[in-house]
Amino acid sequence: MTLDTLSDWARRLQAREISSRELAELYLGRIERLDAGINSFVTVTPELALAAADAADRRLAKGEQAPLLGLPVAQKDIFCTQGVRTSCGSKMLDAFVAPYDATVVERMNAAGAVMLGKTNMDEFAMGSSNETSYYGPVRNPWDPERVPGGSSGGSAAAVAARLVPAATGTDTGGSIRQPAAFCGVTGIKPTYGRVSRYGMIAFASSLDQGGPMAASAEDCARMLNAMAGFDPRDSTSVERPVEDFTAGLARDLKDLRIGLPREFFGEGLDADMRRVVQDALAVLRERGAKLVEVSLPNSGLSVPAYYVVAPAECSSNLARYDGVRYGHRCADPRDLMDLYMRSRAEGFGAEVKRRIMIGTYVLSAGYYDAYYLKAQKVRRLIADDFRRAFEQVDVIAGPTSPELPFRLGEKSADPIRMYLSDIYTIAVNLAGLPGLSMPAGTIGNLPVGLQLIGNYFDEARLLNVAHQFQQETGWHQRMPAAFA
Amino acid sequence: MSLTSDEVRRIAHLARLAVDDREAEGFAAALSDIFDFVETLNAAEIEGVEPMAHPLDAEQRLRPDTVTEPDQRELFQAIAPAVENGVYLVPRVIE
Repeated sequence: MTLDTLSDWARRLQAREISSRELAELYLGRIERLDAGINSFVTVTPELALAAADAADRRLAKGEQAPLLGLPVAQKDIFCTQGVRTSCGSKMLDAFVAPYDATVVERMNAAGAVMLGKTNMDEFAMGSSNETSYYGPVRNPWDPERVPGGSSGGSAAAVAARLVPAATGTDTGGSIRQPAAFCGVTGIKPTYGRVSRYGMIAFASSLDQGGPMAASAEDCARMLNAMAGFDPRDSTSVERPVEDFTAGLARDLKDLRIGLPREFFGEGLDADMRRVVQDALAVLRERGAKLVEVSLPNSGLSVPAYYVVAPAECSSNLARYDGVRYGHRCADPRDLMDLYMRSRAEGFGAEVKRRIMIGTYVLSAGYYDAYYLKAQKVRRLIADDFRRAFEQVDVIAGPTSPELPFRLGEKSADPIRMYLSDIYTIAVNLAGLPGLSMPAGTIGNLPVGLQLIGNYFDEARLLNVAHQFQQETGWHQRMPAAFA
Repeated sequence: MSLTSDEVRRIAHLARLAVDDREAEGFAAALSDIFDFVETLNAAEIEGVEPMAHPLDAEQRLRPDTVTEPDQRELFQAIAPAVENGVYLVPRVIE
């Protein structure tokens, strides 16, 4: 069976070769048959999907056009969906049914998308392997003994297994790009402020950003067209017109300057990964790009700086889960303090508790300057490194992850080793820049991701470079044999 | 840095997280390792560097001070664990 991209399906829907209902049924059938092995969905919504597909078929019959009209998608379970449980991968929100839609969901629905369900994720998006989910780990479709990456591991695995053609993700320290790399799909974290955070459950508010994950850069551009845009309900949303991200895909790479940060090709990088990344860069060079060495001297400080800033913001954001207004509440509380303490202790998993406690400590009286203020200054150094690099180059490229997808359980007892798996992605969030990961090759049977980092609001350029690479190579079209 | 179980209990109390003695020991070991790792930041030269709170250094947007949201109290309270007559119920706080 041919499982086409969003763009191909859109063409076939417009030509009336297939209906939106048939398309939804096709993918719902795949989820039913195949998801048990990878656990990529927390909730599947067949009735809502078929109703949305029928509505899309009526719009198609009238000759309407919209970027996602009639196309099946999945929402990461961090985006609030009115009337459908939004768990954020946590026991705390196991019974939470949001009273409203996230802006991203609202915009995608208005663009005609047909939501098939909600995808699994690390609890509150805190993790790099999808093992912290209350609903059990997601497995990598390329090798079920390995992790899909995280925190958007459910979305990445579902797209890789072609259980859905595209899904949303969120990226606070690499949570779109690292799972995209581990599962062999394309994903982009836009510039901070591009995509509304309204109704996207908050983890670290100065870093969180939603974005698309799909089988190709062209599909990501189509999704981003529907997702991006100013939203007055998000105070950090950027008031800036959104371009058509598909418009520049065909541009050639002649004279494109690609910077290779020497710090991303150092001793921490696996030798085979280095070879795959260099082969991919050679493809871009053959298409006219110039490769230039650049330096990001402070990038080594990005992971420790992140593990001050992100937990600090997380401890503030997660203070809202009090067992009173919504979410888990313990049984028979003795008094108000007992209600707070036990509801939170029962509702949150170990990694979330660790981060809340780190954040509480670094923000507590007497420690603010030593940790939080220092980390914010390092954050400035990291952003300045990128600013200088972008004076010399248009795009920065390197590996997305220092290693291949690791085995389930391999790092779960060692938080710091887990944190370091985001070593090439975290600096991008601290600076607020856009970053993309796309499949660049394989080692054995496992996919390797190439990361592209752009200047502020230069998503179109990243999508263009990735699309040009995908015109020349077939890595993005490969899918795991067990799911063919 | 080495955190003791007592320090973990103090932090957990500030964070409103119940921890038993066995958990406190586990968190003490894990958090100590994480703080050791974070302290590599001490190597950074940050003299005179302006702290960065927001990636785009944007200023807070202001809007006219007018009512924009309708009252949806019933909708929002419908998902609360315990509500009566429009108020959230908690254990007695005033004797």
